[in-house]
This record gives sequence, structure tokens and C-alpha cells, in this order.
Amino acid sequence: MQSQSNFKYESQKLGSWYFTVAVILFGAQLLLGLVSAIQFIYPSFLYDILDFSITRMVHINALVVWMVYAMIGSVYYLLPDETGIETVGIGIGKLLFWVLTLAVTIVVLVYIFIQVGPANQTTIWLITEGREYIEAPRWADIGIVVVVLGFLANTFLTAMKGRRTGIMTVILSDMIALAGLYLAGMYFTDNISMDQYWWWWVIHLWVEATWEVMVGALAAYALIKIVDAKREIVEMWLWIEVAMLFGSGILGLGHHYFWIGTPEYWWEIGALFSALEPLPLVGMFVHVLYDWGKEKGLKEHTGADATSNNTPALMWLVSNGFGNFLGAGVWGFFHTLPQVNIYTHGTQFTAAHGHLAFFGAYATILIGMFYMAIQGKYGIKKLRATFDSKMAIFLITFGVLGMTVALTIAGYEQVLIARAQLGGTWDAFFVAQNQLWMSQAMDWRLIMGVVTTVGFFYLVKDLLTISKNPQNVK
Amino acid sequence: MKTKKGGQMSRKKVSVWSDNRFWQRSATWVTGFASILLIWLTFDTMGQITMGNQKDIDNHIAKKVPSATVINYKVEYNMNQFRGHEVPVIGGDDGKGNSLFKVKEKFFGRDDYSQKEADALLHLGKLASQAKNCMDCHTLLGNGAYYAPDLTKAWLDPAWGKDGPLQSMTGKNTKEEAMAEFLQNPGKYPTHARMMPNLGITPKEAKGLVAFLKHMATIDTNGFPRGFGKIKEGVVYAKSK
Repeated sequence: MQSQSNFKYESQKLGSWYFTVAVILFGAQLLLGLVSAIQFIYPSFLYDILDFSITRMVHINALVVWMVYAMIGSVYYLLPDETGIETVGIGIGKLLFWVLTLAVTIVVLVYIFIQVGPANQTTIWLITEGREYIEAPRWADIGIVVVVLGFLANTFLTAMKGRRTGIMTVILSDMIALAGLYLAGMYFTDNISMDQYWWWWVIHLWVEATWEVMVGALAAYALIKIVDAKREIVEMWLWIEVAMLFGSGILGLGHHYFWIGTPEYWWEIGALFSALEPLPLVGMFVHVLYDWGKEKGLKEHTGADATSNNTPALMWLVSNGFGNFLGAGVWGFFHTLPQVNIYTHGTQFTAAHGHLAFFGAYATILIGMFYMAIQGKYGIKKLRATFDSKMAIFLITFGVLGMTVALTIAGYEQVLIARAQLGGTWDAFFVAQNQLWMSQAMDWRLIMGVVTTVGFFYLVKDLLTISKNPQNVK
Repeated sequence: MKTKKGGQMSRKKVSVWSDNRFWQRSATWVTGFASILLIWLTFDTMGQITMGNQKDIDNHIAKKVPSATVINYKVEYNMNQFRGHEVPVIGGDDGKGNSLFKVKEKFFGRDDYSQKEADALLHLGKLASQAKNCMDCHTLLGNGAYYAPDLTKAWLDPAWGKDGPLQSMTGKNTKEEAMAEFLQNPGKYPTHARMMPNLGITPKEAKGLVAFLKHMATIDTNGFPRGFGKIKEGVVYAKSK
């Protein structure tokens, strides 16, 4: 993505660097996901060489990191558009990009080649912290904080100097929260309940609050750019979404505090607020479709060209509306009440929800941002979806939905047999794992994982070649 | 309603429902209120989940997260009549599912670990649980990966108990020794086609890990997992594929 850039600003170029690494990490996520899925079916595959604990850790870490990269990239990309000026510390921004990328590379190499260490603080500081999703060793945590502080300073100084929009105000305040919350994860305690209490501050308040608000802001920006939606209206929606997302999501944190040693009042608080969490997602879904339809109708009425100016990005934006509601909203609601969660907690049900939610809520809109960067880089007025664009979105969406259905069935089976029927012991766990329903579900999960990966190859091919397609040549 | 940037909005007479400033203020208030409530609840929860000490046990005070010295006591998971679900019962049951804090149980041959010794063991075990990435195959308190059994109440699993298949598999005579032996040589004791990898766990680390598991079993998890180890069919050794 380096040659013949049409970017008007260096900040957009920097954004596209972040996107490039994000795509590579997305590929790593899928590869390690496939290995983990194979290990569920053939447990001896890479046993004692690259065990499930490692492949699964890299699978989910690559996921988190590629999304963070794509979000930082998105902010650098939209910053000049929103503020009207070049990012102030662009040189430092580029330096920080290389520092972060070097740090991520070292962390991944250590994960894969060193894997585990002795039970002491050196392991925690240099190899792994062993806490799901945020296993990155402490040195890397500190590095991440420094890089993020630089990124925040860059964004703030630019926003203060340039035009201040509602979208920028939301992004800035959201990013302070996002960065601040990461500090809650840099913490060691012997008390596992306390450990998980703060661990959830990072995990939940990222993916069920601050990340969702970031999605709202990116969707607002994308609607303005792609379908010429009116800023006033889009920003009003955005503020309503922020109120609803934070209003439900912050205390929705309680649904992780049902069973970790925390007081019983979290049952009521967690149930009530997390049950409200799908509401803003319905709103966001309606908002995207409504604005798209309204702008199209207005243009048709005046006889103007009513097509959007970036159809692949719009396709991904619409799938974000669906996917966010379905994956985060519906699949989350399925098991959010404590009466249900006492049986579903810690089963494949959570994995089903995780797959569809991370994809529907985040992967979709971030891929949409990749397409916007492609459009910007090549200066294409109207970017049209190609055959590859369509294959990519179809196969990836179909694959993830397939994995979700398979994991949901596995989850049901586990809930009923291992938990409700047999009481959750070591034997109960393996009795459930040996059931035909479980092994069939795991087979289908792998097949659908392969489908997703094929879709990913179409996506990469499309991102590399869509600008050369005759219909898109400027 | 004068705004510097929103000139368009301020000139028009608009309903409050379509006024950006109204929604911006609402978002700020709602977020602020939710955050303050969360912080307040966090203070309360911190007080309730701070780890107890031996004095609490001596005074028969049941803590959500009890002292590390619970390793000196017998631990059960019994139905509590008042709460309507199982709770960890430490040092004997009063018949209603409350802890008596009396009945001791040997842990690696001793039931007199001092506060300092027990704390050190738990510290080592917790560090080991992270250094070995336990959570990326197992779940702890239900959180983690779903490749291997949940460890929340693993200490109370009848399969590790006397005559339990997991204990007899290792040839050891006590639960703690059997668990420690398994953790050090998981490749020697396959319980399923899906085997635990060899993680280079030392005898000392294994002892710490077992202490960590025993302590975790005493955390009051509001009845999770429900019915753990109570259902006969659930404790029959599952034949590997």
C-alpha cells in the first residue's frame, strides 16, 4: 500500500500503515484459530510443541491487537477530515507506530517460542501475565501505555488546533476512557476474585462500552463520507447512542460479577443493565439503514446519482448494523440473566457469543474503514464492489455465522449435559466433550473456520487489486 | 441556546428532542451517573472481597474470599438452607450449610500452616497459574478457555478424592499429592485424548498450585457451579475416546 499515494495528509498515510498491520494480524488470528479448532478435533496435533493454550492465546491476542491497530488507524485516518488540518505530531506518530509494531512482534515471538516461565515475577514481566486477552507481559503493557499516551496527545493537540466536531469530541473522550481502563489490567494480586474484578474492567469496559462508542463514532463518520448523511443528524444519533451505550454498558459490567466471589447484589444490577445493552444496538442498526435509505431517496427525488460512493465500505457498514445487534445484542442477551448464566457461564456458549460479537460489532466496521482508506489512497471518486469484494463479505459472514451456530449447539449440549445433568466436574466435562453433538459441532466449527479464512484471502486480494479494477480507475 | 459552532441549530427553533446539545448533555449526565454508581459499588465490593485472615477463621467469620490458611481445614460444598444454593463450608458443617471452622484436614502432611506460610504458598500458586497460562485451556471461576475442565471447585471434585479415579491413577494416597503429581507429569496420566501439556511445573510450584486450587474452592461463588460433584453419574470416570 505504499506506492502512488493520493492521500492529502500524512495522517491518512499513517492510518493506512496501521491498517496494513491490522490485516496481517487478522490473518494471524485466523491461522491460529484454525490450529486451535483442529486441536479440538485432533488433540495430538502439535501437542507439547504449540499447545492449545498457546495457539488460543495468540488467536485472541491477535484479535484484540488487530482491532486496536485498526481503531488507531481509523482515528489517524479521519482526524484530518474532521479537524481540517494535518495531525500535529505526525513524525512522532510514525515513530510510535514502529515502536508499537516492534513491541507486538517481540511479544508474539516470545509467546510462540518461550511460551511459559517459572512461577515468579520475571515471567510476569517478560513472558506472559497469563490473564486471558491481556497476557502481554508487563514491559509491553508499559510500552503500550507510552505509545497510547503519545497517540492521545497527538489526537488532542490536533483536535484543539483544528475544527472541533461532535464526532471528534466523542472519540477524544472515549479514547481517554479506553486508555485509562487498560491500567486496571496491569495488576498482580494473590486474590483471584480481586484479580478478575479488575480484569473485567479492561475486558468488559472495552468491548461492551468504549469500543462500542468508537464503532458509533466510526459509523457516523462513514455515513457522512459514504452516503452524504447530514452531520447534524448523524451527530445527534451519535450522542443518543453514547447515552444508551454507556448508560447500559457501564453497569452491565455486573453480569461478569455473578460468580467470581463478588456480592449477590450484582445479580440484579448486572441482569438489569446488561439486559438493556441490546437497545442501543437496535438503535444503531436502525440508524444506519434509515440514513442510507433517506439519503438515497432524497437523491433519487432530485434525479441525482443515488448510489453510495463506496459500495464495499457500505456493505460492511450495513453488516455491522446487523452483526452488532445479532452478535453482541441477541447472543449476549441469551445468557445474560443469572438464572441462565449459572449454567452457561464457562461453556462454548460464551465462545459462540464471542465469535459473532467481535465479528459483527468490530471486524465489519473496521474492514469498512480499510475500504475507505483504499478509496482515499487511490483517489477514487466512487469505489465499486468487485466480485472479490462480494466473495469476501459473503464467505467471511457466512463462515462466522456458521461457527457461531456450531458453537451455540456445542454450548447447549455442554450446558445440559456437563452442567445441568452432571454437575460440572472433571468427568462431567469430558462426558459432554465426548458426545456426538459436541464432536459434530467442533467439525462444523473447523469447516466454517476454513470458509472464513477463504473469505479472508478474497478480502486481501480485493484490498490489493480493487483500485486496478477498470470500473474503479480514476 | 447559543453555540459557537452550531450556528445553524441555534437560529432554528427546534424541539428539544432534535437538539444535539440536549443529547450531548444527556450522554454526559448518564455516563457520569453510571460511572459514579460503578465506583461506589466498587468500593463496597472491594470491602467484601478483600481476602480474610486467620483471625476471621478464629472468630468464625465467613468471608467471601477467606484466608489462605483455609488449607489447614476440611472444605466441603454444601447446600445452604438460607441461601438456597451450595456454598463452601470450611471446617465442618453445622447442619444448615454454615461453616464451623473447627474440623482440620492435613495438607501435605500438616494442618498448622502459619498465616505467613499459607500466604506464601498461595502467592506461589497464583503466580504459577499465570506463568503457565492455565486460563488459556481451563476456566477459573468460570472465566478462561473451554478446552479443559473448570477449576473453580476442582479441589472438591470427587474424582480426586479417596477412591476417586484421578487419585488412584497417580498411585498417591492423598488428594493434594495426587494433584501435585498430575501437575508435574500430565503426559504420564492421560484422562482423555485431550491431554494436559508438560509445562515444566516444579514440585514446589505444584504444591503452590494445589494450595491455590484448594483456596479457590473456598471462595463464595454464589452457588456456581450448581450441583458440583453432587450428581453420581457426573463422577463416574469418563472413558477417553
